[in-house]
Amino acid sequence: MRMTRSIITAAAVALLAAGETQAQNRLNVVASTEDLASIAREVGGDRVNVTALARGYQDPHFVEPKPSFILTVNRADLYVAVGRELEIGWLPPLITSSRNARVQPGAAGYLDASLNVRILEIPTGQITRAMGDVHPLGNPHYWLEPGNGRLIAQAIRNKLGELSPANRSYFGQRYDDFNARLAAAEKRWDAAMAPHTGAKVVTYHRSWPNFMERFRLEVIGYVEPKPGIPPSPSHTLELIEEMKRQGVKFIVVEPYFSLRTPQAIASQIAGGRVLVLAPSVGGAKEVTDYIQLFDYNVNLLAGALKPVTGK
Amino acid sequence: MRRVYVLWPVLAAGLLVGAVRPSAAQTVDVEGLRREIEQLRKELETVQQQYGERLAALEARLGAAQGAPAAAPAPQAPQTAEVPPGAPGGGAPAGQLPAYGVATAGSKIFNPDIGIIGNFLGSSGRDRGGSGTVAPTPFMTLQESEASFQAIVDPYARADFFLAIGEEGIEVEEGFATFPALPGGLLVKAGKMRANFGRLNAFHNHTLPWIDRPLVMYNLLGGSVEDPDTGIKDAGVSVSRLIPAGSVFLEATGELYRGDSGTLFKSSRRRDVAALGRVRGYVDLTDQTNVEAGASYTRGHNDLGSDFVTELYGADLTLRWRPLGRAIYRSLAARTELVWSRREEVSAFERAFGLYGSLDYQFARRWFAGGRYDQAERGANASIRDRGFSTVVTYWPSEFSQLRSQYRRTRYGDGDRVANELLFQLLFTIGTHGAHPF
Repeated sequence: MRMTRSIITAAAVALLAAGETQAQNRLNVVASTEDLASIAREVGGDRVNVTALARGYQDPHFVEPKPSFILTVNRADLYVAVGRELEIGWLPPLITSSRNARVQPGAAGYLDASLNVRILEIPTGQITRAMGDVHPLGNPHYWLEPGNGRLIAQAIRNKLGELSPANRSYFGQRYDDFNARLAAAEKRWDAAMAPHTGAKVVTYHRSWPNFMERFRLEVIGYVEPKPGIPPSPSHTLELIEEMKRQGVKFIVVEPYFSLRTPQAIASQIAGGRVLVLAPSVGGAKEVTDYIQLFDYNVNLLAGALKPVTGK
Repeated sequence: MRRVYVLWPVLAAGLLVGAVRPSAAQTVDVEGLRREIEQLRKELETVQQQYGERLAALEARLGAAQGAPAAAPAPQAPQTAEVPPGAPGGGAPAGQLPAYGVATAGSKIFNPDIGIIGNFLGSSGRDRGGSGTVAPTPFMTLQESEASFQAIVDPYARADFFLAIGEEGIEVEEGFATFPALPGGLLVKAGKMRANFGRLNAFHNHTLPWIDRPLVMYNLLGGSVEDPDTGIKDAGVSVSRLIPAGSVFLEATGELYRGDSGTLFKSSRRRDVAALGRVRGYVDLTDQTNVEAGASYTRGHNDLGSDFVTELYGADLTLRWRPLGRAIYRSLAARTELVWSRREEVSAFERAFGLYGSLDYQFARRWFAGGRYDQAERGANASIRDRGFSTVVTYWPSEFSQLRSQYRRTRYGDGDRVANELLFQLLFTIGTHGAHPF
């Protein structure tokens, strides 16, 4: 009897020790979105466990702070946030109730991925909500530019190295590899988009400034009359007129918006077409990592623009 | 004793495993080091190049500024902000908007996030004078606007203040510090708080799916005709902790209060405290459906004196559905809460029961519809049972304002009076718009 008890105790201790060493080897990384998670996976490789909270086909402004997310954040060694107030409606309560000192803002395990990337549309002067739901710290959809993806990967590499110094060179190698693949892919994307430089499109929400600037497309209007405000009939009519005037055929829509208004607009324009692009990894079934995100969007756009620009 | 002997070697082995692993990883890896140095060199070059470019740009700008003819200082134009391109339309202002407080913005950096939520109410129909627990709603009133002040105190704490501003005075609705970085997985709050009894008690009025609160809160949780924002709220300390249960979220909360809350608890001596315990569980059934259940208990001394105790037992269940890909257009929430009250009186116990059940459905991006059934006996006189039924329609012009209309039919148990009312509400937010409660 005594023997059995000691065996059980010994087994429990051994299991605990095993659990400990495993936890030491693999860092738990939790990211707000699947884009950041994908980049963290590229850099962290098999030395990290990565979880994303928001799904790629979900509007990242409106994620519900579900208690199951509290559990996820509770176990995190590193939290990677999009920042620029994108998550202001849901992340603060999750972090506060996570009971995890490692990932509180200001702690070593909290990384705001937006801090060293290129942010567009930072308002100058004071803004008011008469402009709609504008982001006072700039447009938070910055990951839709490969250059920024590289900077995010650098920030994650540095942070992971800080949290796990023994694996620093491993993360460095992983980053170099990702960087090389990204650079090669960029050449491919630039080649595909080069013939369509200056082509004009309309987008639903202001999710695409970084993407459009990178691939030299011009956004001439939005389906939303103002950020976060649903389409209104008068604005829709104005937009149709403007599209006709400038000969714009394409409306780029995020998968989480209703297609009704965009389709109604497209039907009023000869050759008008709605393109549902992926704003995030996971935004379409095929898009399972950061490089595929651009593969998918570039293919779709270049394919659609071909008959229009004739190149 | 023998068990200890068996344990030592195992512990030692465990420690060794822990110690050996990192040292193995630290073995000098020449190739790795070389790569790292190479990488550092590359980074340094990039940084150098960037600085060179920036310096050149700055020098060019400086040169241009010096070369420009010295002009008389321009009259100070009011600072303005440009409406972003594509934003005008739909009756919105276009062009320049006035900017406020730009020059002093830097000095506000450590100010808390401030927000005010206006709550304008109107009512029509026959209220039949309300009851001892439910006050009649005036024809029009700016009822309890909520001012919030929220900030991080230091690396160990954050603070939240919610002031309820009525037409005639200000009351601290809540004001507490939260300590999110404590060891042992504890989350501690201290200050004045809405107690964690059941689901709804912790909600602020503007986050409710209705204009009013259900009868059970007025009748059993200490409502009084003077307090439209009824519920258990008191000064005290709350400690909560997660209970490990795999993928199920399980949380236990214990709270201790002074023992003064509306008409529910009254503390006549310092040791007449009120205590509360709550366990809640939550599980994701699918990505879009989840269920939450809770059980609560609280006890405190009632207005008859220190020897008289009131106890409340509560059970609550919430089912939510929200398809992730269409999360901004569709959602559904079904809620129910049951409360049993046991109030000690001079000769016997007064046992009362109340419940509500509700269903809310979002059928468009800006539109919600819902219904609620409620019934509740009165805590101090269980022979009187009030019943009510409501239908609610809500419209969101934007995230920052909300229009709501509610038809409410109430049958008051004393005198069998029936009140038929139509309530209207306009909620409007300025300043920081914090996270919505889940």
